[in-house]
Amino acid sequence: MKKFLLALLFVPLTAFASEHGYLDKAPINLDDYASIQRGAKTFTNYCLSCHSANAMRYSRLEQVGLTEEQIKNNLLFATDKVGNIMSIAMPPADAKKWFGAAPPDLSVISRSRNPDWLYTYLRSFYLDDSRPTGWNNTVFDKVGMPHVLWSLQGKQILKAAPHGEHDAHAKPEFELVQAGSMTPAEYDATVADLVNYLTWMGEPAKMKRMELGIMVLIFLSIFFVLAYYMKKEFWKDIH
Amino acid sequence: MSAMKNLVGWIDDRFPLTANWKAHLSEYYAPKNFNFWYFFGSLALLVLVIQILTGIFLTMNYKPDAALAFMSVEYIMRDVEWGWLIRYMHSTGASMFFVVVYLHMFRGLIYGSYRKPRELIWVFGMMIYLALMAEAFMGYLLPWGQMSFWGAQVIISLFGAIPFVGDALSLWIRGDFVVSDATLNRFFAFHVIALPLVLVGLVAAHIIALHEVGSNNPEGIEIKKHKDPVTHIPLDGIPFHPYYSVKDIVGVVVFLMVFSAIVFFAPEFGGWFLEPDNFIPANPFKTPEHIVPLWYFTPFYAILRAVPDKFLGVVGMGAGVVIMFFLPWLDRSKVKSIRYRGTLYKSILTLFIISFIGLGYLGTQPATPVFTNIARVLSVIYFGFFIFMPWYTKIDKTKPVPERIPE
Repeated sequence: MKKFLLALLFVPLTAFASEHGYLDKAPINLDDYASIQRGAKTFTNYCLSCHSANAMRYSRLEQVGLTEEQIKNNLLFATDKVGNIMSIAMPPADAKKWFGAAPPDLSVISRSRNPDWLYTYLRSFYLDDSRPTGWNNTVFDKVGMPHVLWSLQGKQILKAAPHGEHDAHAKPEFELVQAGSMTPAEYDATVADLVNYLTWMGEPAKMKRMELGIMVLIFLSIFFVLAYYMKKEFWKDIH
Repeated sequence: MSAMKNLVGWIDDRFPLTANWKAHLSEYYAPKNFNFWYFFGSLALLVLVIQILTGIFLTMNYKPDAALAFMSVEYIMRDVEWGWLIRYMHSTGASMFFVVVYLHMFRGLIYGSYRKPRELIWVFGMMIYLALMAEAFMGYLLPWGQMSFWGAQVIISLFGAIPFVGDALSLWIRGDFVVSDATLNRFFAFHVIALPLVLVGLVAAHIIALHEVGSNNPEGIEIKKHKDPVTHIPLDGIPFHPYYSVKDIVGVVVFLMVFSAIVFFAPEFGGWFLEPDNFIPANPFKTPEHIVPLWYFTPFYAILRAVPDKFLGVVGMGAGVVIMFFLPWLDRSKVKSIRYRGTLYKSILTLFIISFIGLGYLGTQPATPVFTNIARVLSVIYFGFFIFMPWYTKIDKTKPVPERIPE
């Protein structure tokens, strides 16, 4: 019966993860600070004019190895103090008028949308004349966001439609009709870095939490041995 | 040492310190045969303490304001020193409270701990369970995510199904026409002070009642029937302290290992403890695809959805909880413990457990026609367990119960 509580730990940990169609696996590595730094650069360059990250302070990037000087010189566009949060100047009401919906704050986007979703989404924009922006997305049908990274990826069209009666779990096929400034492999790597950054930003304490967790479990294991033998000693004459 | 003795003596002249220590710990005689299932009472107390302590620190930085609540939680997660740990302990503690309480209730069920003379212990326990559900429900609104908002919206609107007074009642609960800042503020007040006070009071009553009549045990034998003629100590009893205090420490450590494994390595627990949709700020204009209550409410939520009529569904859901109060008077068996019950009772109990877990699962799933029909069958089994209990416990073939606890 003691096993029951332990078994609880192995309850299917993906209960809510399978509702979208096909998703690629995001190569997340939160120990790769260089990747998170590159992702932060892409984020401040391409995302942080429409999307805010109001829970994120620029200075927190010191946690992934950047110095205050580096943050000031390379990432501070929207503000002047490293202790400031990643807010944006665009008023939400205007944003709603322009895009149909205000672009969501991205502080914890990796926790509401999982990393795989973000990684696939940012690589799945395709040309669609029926949309006001000219773009559609196989992961997020009729999305209001235009393909902000198109100059890097190029323009692609969808060969087989995944929506409607087709199998939603099949991998959609795209064809690049206009090359961007990056090769497909370079673009995938750039998005991987960006999603790595978003994942880190979603919970900056995550690495510390896991490190500390190991120490706590080691401590409790030793405590368990002591507690177990203490109990045994006290109970030796109870039959 | 004598200074210590003097101090205790000084206190004892003014407050029954030693008398209470003896009555509840060093001379409270518990049966010597407690097994695994008897850890969960002390563990529930531990989780209550964890929730109160972490809750106090969360309150220092949380803002009960619809415009600020969501971001104040992220502020705690990032900018408050150790805030992430305190918050994860509290969110994990909420779910673990129910894990522990469900196992504790199951213990009472299989060993007949609710039977005479322990009816009031069971009733107080059920009141704790009810208060805990209210506490968890209101606490879940506070992060002000999509699931917080829509969960509260759905549950409060259920009161609207009550004839005549329903709409006025749900309006009164919300303090507004939709869940809003007013709702958030009053839920905060209930969550941090009103319900914790009720909970602590009920826990005290639960323990006082227990120590009045003494603990049951896996054999369902009353140890007070056989006392030492001179000392009047039950022959099969041992003092709670030190025997069960040192034993419970082992249980506490094992529990803390499980608890820490979740807090440090899987605080979302795959979406079961912290739902992905709750990382999206509450939006009254956008309903999430699936509104699912947290796992500990889902058996009753499944009963609600299994009934075709909304009002009767609400009645069914409420009855599902309330019927448990009557357990002490529904059970007519000659024996308490499952160890001496017959095959009939054991089979029906197994069906009941399957129905409860099955309903819990179905409550998390979309209500497809097949699932709804299964939920109906399971609901009938769930209520059947209670309704037919006076009959099947009476005709069940029980085994003879020994006088003393076997070696």
